Amino acid sequence: MATKTVLEAVRDAMHEEMKRDERVFIMGEDVGPRGNVFRITAGFLEEFGRDRVIDTPLAEASIVGVAVGAAMLGMRPIAEIQFADFIYPAYNQIVGEAAKIRYRSAGGNTCPLVIRTPYGGGVRGALSHSVSVEALFYHVPGLKVCAPSTPADTKGLLTAAIRDDDPVLFLEHKKTYRLIKGEVPDGDYTVPIGKADVARVGNDLSVITYGLMRHFAVEAAEQLARDGIEAEVIDLRSIRPMDREAIVKSVSKTRRALVVHEDNKFGGVGAEVAAIIAEDAFLDLDAPVRRLCGPDVPAMGYAKEYEDAFMPGPEKIAAAMRELAAF
Amino acid sequence: MPNVIMPQLGETVTEGTVGKWLKKVGEAVAKYEPLLDVETDKVASEITSPYSGVVTKILAEEGATVPIGAPVCEIEEAGAKKENVSESSSAAPAFPAPHAGQRATAAQPVRPNGAGADDGARYSPAVRKLAREHGIELRGLAGTGRGGRVTAQDVMSATKTPAARPAPHAAMAPAAHPAPAQMSVPPVAPPSGEDAIVKLTPIRKTIAERMAQSRFTIPFAWSLVEVDVTDLAKWREREKAAFKAREGVNLTFVPIVVSAVAAALREVPIVNSVWAGDHIIQRRRVNVGIAVDSDEGLIVPVVRDADRLSLYGLATALAGLIDKARRRRLTMEDLSDGTITVNNTGAIGSVISVPIINPPQAAIFAMEATVKRAWVVNDAIAIRAIMNISLCFDHRVFDGGTASKFLQSVKRRLEGPTPVL
Repeated sequence: MATKTVLEAVRDAMHEEMKRDERVFIMGEDVGPRGNVFRITAGFLEEFGRDRVIDTPLAEASIVGVAVGAAMLGMRPIAEIQFADFIYPAYNQIVGEAAKIRYRSAGGNTCPLVIRTPYGGGVRGALSHSVSVEALFYHVPGLKVCAPSTPADTKGLLTAAIRDDDPVLFLEHKKTYRLIKGEVPDGDYTVPIGKADVARVGNDLSVITYGLMRHFAVEAAEQLARDGIEAEVIDLRSIRPMDREAIVKSVSKTRRALVVHEDNKFGGVGAEVAAIIAEDAFLDLDAPVRRLCGPDVPAMGYAKEYEDAFMPGPEKIAAAMRELAAF
Repeated sequence: MPNVIMPQLGETVTEGTVGKWLKKVGEAVAKYEPLLDVETDKVASEITSPYSGVVTKILAEEGATVPIGAPVCEIEEAGAKKENVSESSSAAPAFPAPHAGQRATAAQPVRPNGAGADDGARYSPAVRKLAREHGIELRGLAGTGRGGRVTAQDVMSATKTPAARPAPHAAMAPAAHPAPAQMSVPPVAPPSGEDAIVKLTPIRKTIAERMAQSRFTIPFAWSLVEVDVTDLAKWREREKAAFKAREGVNLTFVPIVVSAVAAALREVPIVNSVWAGDHIIQRRRVNVGIAVDSDEGLIVPVVRDADRLSLYGLATALAGLIDKARRRRLTMEDLSDGTITVNNTGAIGSVISVPIINPPQAAIFAMEATVKRAWVVNDAIAIRAIMNISLCFDHRVFDGGTASKFLQSVKRRLEGPTPVL
């Protein structure tokens, strides 16, 4: 096993799938000569040529729209939205078209499309480079939404997404790109879409989270462990389908649940997790379900103080965990 | 064979006293048929039978006080398999009637005894499930959660150490100080032959506890203003006959003053608050409790949303509540959720009184008797009808300036030629 960054895991998954399957191609803004703004696809144009590494205009609706058409005709496009903040023009193509193709054609057509996009804050990205968009998409039947946090999960899930016959929105937290390093299994493997990961085992409370927050939650859990409070951390990895069973199993054991995400609180992923717990683990609950989320403000400001105020971090998570443990 | 239990007759009620059994052992009872009378701290209720069958055993005799949830009798359900009940029938009741000088408390399970203790404790679903699975009696279990809450972990610990199940009082987490009613008792000389011992009724006991709790825990202050109600009294004289003819209820000073109080609360809303330890809860709804003297003792039914009622609405609501109080027909709802109390001490001839705050409210308002007094008006002495109004308030929640603002607001509303409501 080799140690890789999340960014390298994304690159490796695309590279291996493009080598393995000729139908796989990438398209997006600056994916060609520039090699993507994070240098993920550096060298791809030279290796795979202009037909499979397509630079597009700044037109997100077209990027996804063209990819949907290609996918319906048997290709396996990976459409890149340079920053999740710019995905809104493509909302119709993703939600109105891609997600409904299998259903509206009674299974006659599929749409094996991956839409990759970096999301999330904590990198001084200001208003237009910090947004979390998962709540806008996870509501939509027919669309899969992945938000892995580790290099191994990123590679395995992206590979699974590319091989999946239905559209997948693949969210990569941009702060994890170079920050998070980890061992990645050698050879060909996938991580199943819709399966959560137990990032840390504990008996006293469950923290259900995903993306960058998984790492902060584990860090917070280690702080609490010094005081004898053992938290279990569940990394959803896939937001839709959501691993209901893993959530219920953990909460039934610990009886206390804290949901943590960076996305705004109201109507966020945490609301659905809380509802699942209320529906399936009610009799095991010993405390109200708590949510620690980004505040309900329109965006994350540029100033460090604004960013810190918006982002949940290890300290805030640890405080929320202690509060819940003491209930 | 199912037990009939002492029902929860109010959110803060912890125990009930069996008033009268309406069915005897061996008597048949139909479902929903009245079975017994129960007196709690504040209400007397008729309890109907949850089952059809025959009363086979009385577990709580008349006069016995038992905790909420404790069995009071056994009923053999109609059509149920005949069981051998003779043995248990002859056994002593679990809750015998109290004898002279001896209360039934010995028979009661240990229960939290301190401030904040609440036997109507609410348990989480996990706690209830675990207690059921392991047969743990939750009442009396020491809690380690916030505010002494019993956690699932506490139940699991209790399953491992059965000896620890009946938690001693000292272990009850929130019981930092003893119940006020008990700490206030000075040494008492034993009664002589001429003395009579007056047994505490549930309502007397509750009044004692709550008044002591109020005086010993609330740092109160008191302010009084004089209100010239001459014009108001004239207005009332003019209006009352028509009001009675039109609305069917008497136009007394009480609904007029309550109306002024409710309006003043909207102007100075912090008076309508609750002290909650580390914060203050300012109540949005204005529910005015009215202190009513009944045969059993003081009782405080509540006019809900008094600020939204017309004078007619208030007069009708008050008349209804006072009538129900005198006939002991108040329901728990009638007595719950008051946010301030109005005390009509004028009705008993008082001109100055310092009422005791009804916790957890932040204030109690007193309206005194209206008396004619020599009064200076425009530097001349006039004979005017004067009513003292006063506010006793929790100084933690607000200060004298606020109390004064509130009282002046009430005064202003009562001093005009017609009430400003």
